[in-house]
Amino acid sequence: MYINDVKMNWEEVIEETRDFLSEEFEIDRNLILPENNLKDTLDLDSLDYVDLVVLIEENLNIKITGEDFKEIVTFGDFFKLVRKKLAL
Amino acid sequence: MSQRVVVTGIGIYSCLGQNTGEVTQSLYAGKSGIIFDQQRKDFGFRSALTGMVQEPDLKNQLSRRQRLGMHQPAVYAYVATKEALDMSGLDIDFLEKSETGIIFGNDSTAASIIEAVDRAKEKKDTTLIGSGAIFQNMNSTVNMNLSTIFKLKGINFTLSAACASGSHSIGMGYLMISQGLQERVICGGAQEINPSSMASFDGLGTFSVRESEPQKASRPFDKDRDGLIPSGGAATVILESYEAAVKRGAPILAELIGYGFSSNGDHISNPNVDGQIRSLKMALKQAQVTTNEIDYINAHATSTVVGDGSEAKAIYDVFGADVPVSSTKSMTGHECWMAGASEIVYSILMMQHSFIAPNINFENPDEDSARINIIPETREQHINCFLSNSFGFGGTNSTLILKKV
Repeated sequence: MYINDVKMNWEEVIEETRDFLSEEFEIDRNLILPENNLKDTLDLDSLDYVDLVVLIEENLNIKITGEDFKEIVTFGDFFKLVRKKLAL
Repeated sequence: MSQRVVVTGIGIYSCLGQNTGEVTQSLYAGKSGIIFDQQRKDFGFRSALTGMVQEPDLKNQLSRRQRLGMHQPAVYAYVATKEALDMSGLDIDFLEKSETGIIFGNDSTAASIIEAVDRAKEKKDTTLIGSGAIFQNMNSTVNMNLSTIFKLKGINFTLSAACASGSHSIGMGYLMISQGLQERVICGGAQEINPSSMASFDGLGTFSVRESEPQKASRPFDKDRDGLIPSGGAATVILESYEAAVKRGAPILAELIGYGFSSNGDHISNPNVDGQIRSLKMALKQAQVTTNEIDYINAHATSTVVGDGSEAKAIYDVFGADVPVSSTKSMTGHECWMAGASEIVYSILMMQHSFIAPNINFENPDEDSARINIIPETREQHINCFLSNSFGFGGTNSTLILKKV
């Protein structure tokens, strides 16, 4: 599939996501693993979810709302949501 | 009982330098911080002249969350305040457990608002502005950021009074402490530097267009001036009760002994000699000093015919011809919301190092400036007591008097 005019497979989408999350939230990208807790790992407070929505829109060109985050605990959940939104 | 109020720390981030050491050298050397900014010319400015500072990189000092809510006013104010706190011997552990407030002067956040709104227009979705913009956009941005970063527990509000904001912030901190309501207040002023913040001011045609000689363009009191030059950065002055300062062994740089103020109740942009005289006299009365005891006046004079002329008249009326006067705006340009605070910092540095910084570019007096004692070149002189004027749009006037302890 194409994201922002770049052709990517699912593995590349995951690597890209680990890159932009680690860069924005200033954490070690190796901590972004499917089994790890998203909120705790990224040290998110209520304001940070807004920036997460912005990041996803900018980098993956998909819209995620606050409602979507209700079901997300781990990065694995997050990746599943991204995959669903990308319809991959 | 009225408390004595002293200054225990100062910090500066201006076009004359990034700290008090650099700025002292620039003041002594009579160095101008004015440049030609091509970005302004491209934007459509009548004058591309401005004071300029380097954008500080705070990545190694503050967390992502702390930095997100900061645009130029808060960023500059953080750098100046960190220097002042370090000088004063204050750290976060102490601030968190003490009665320390913050009253900072600021009167615009133009660039951050325009950036945020442009983004929302482009994306047609306000969520995509991001979470930091609101804390950059509000005029109280300096207060909300610094009070959070430094864990301040006392009084906390922003003071907006046009180009007298910084001076009134110090006056208000002084009142808080002298009345016994606070032990310590971080005061100051911040001024963003970008085309968005100054476009409408440029539109009035009051900026100098001497673009071929940027460093000669700011000429307060000089007959051949052709307007002011905008500038910016931030300045911080830590005020403390004398008792609290002595108790913790803090350095005492000066004592604030008088705060005078007035409103012209007249034209929105033109100055008014009577209003300025009332502010000067009120400060002198409160300080309980005679005009002979003032060793130096740091003038507000911005390099406009009407503004400089009215201040020269007011100074002559109250002080006569002898007291040494200089406008450091000849070097810095007009630091607007920050100026009242930065000029206290500049004057304290002069007092500490026993010199009067020059009113550079003062080559030919006019009828008004010829009647007062303007210092065109650096002068070695002991300063025991000085006075600083700040006047702003809307006819707001502020005068501060400080002396050595």
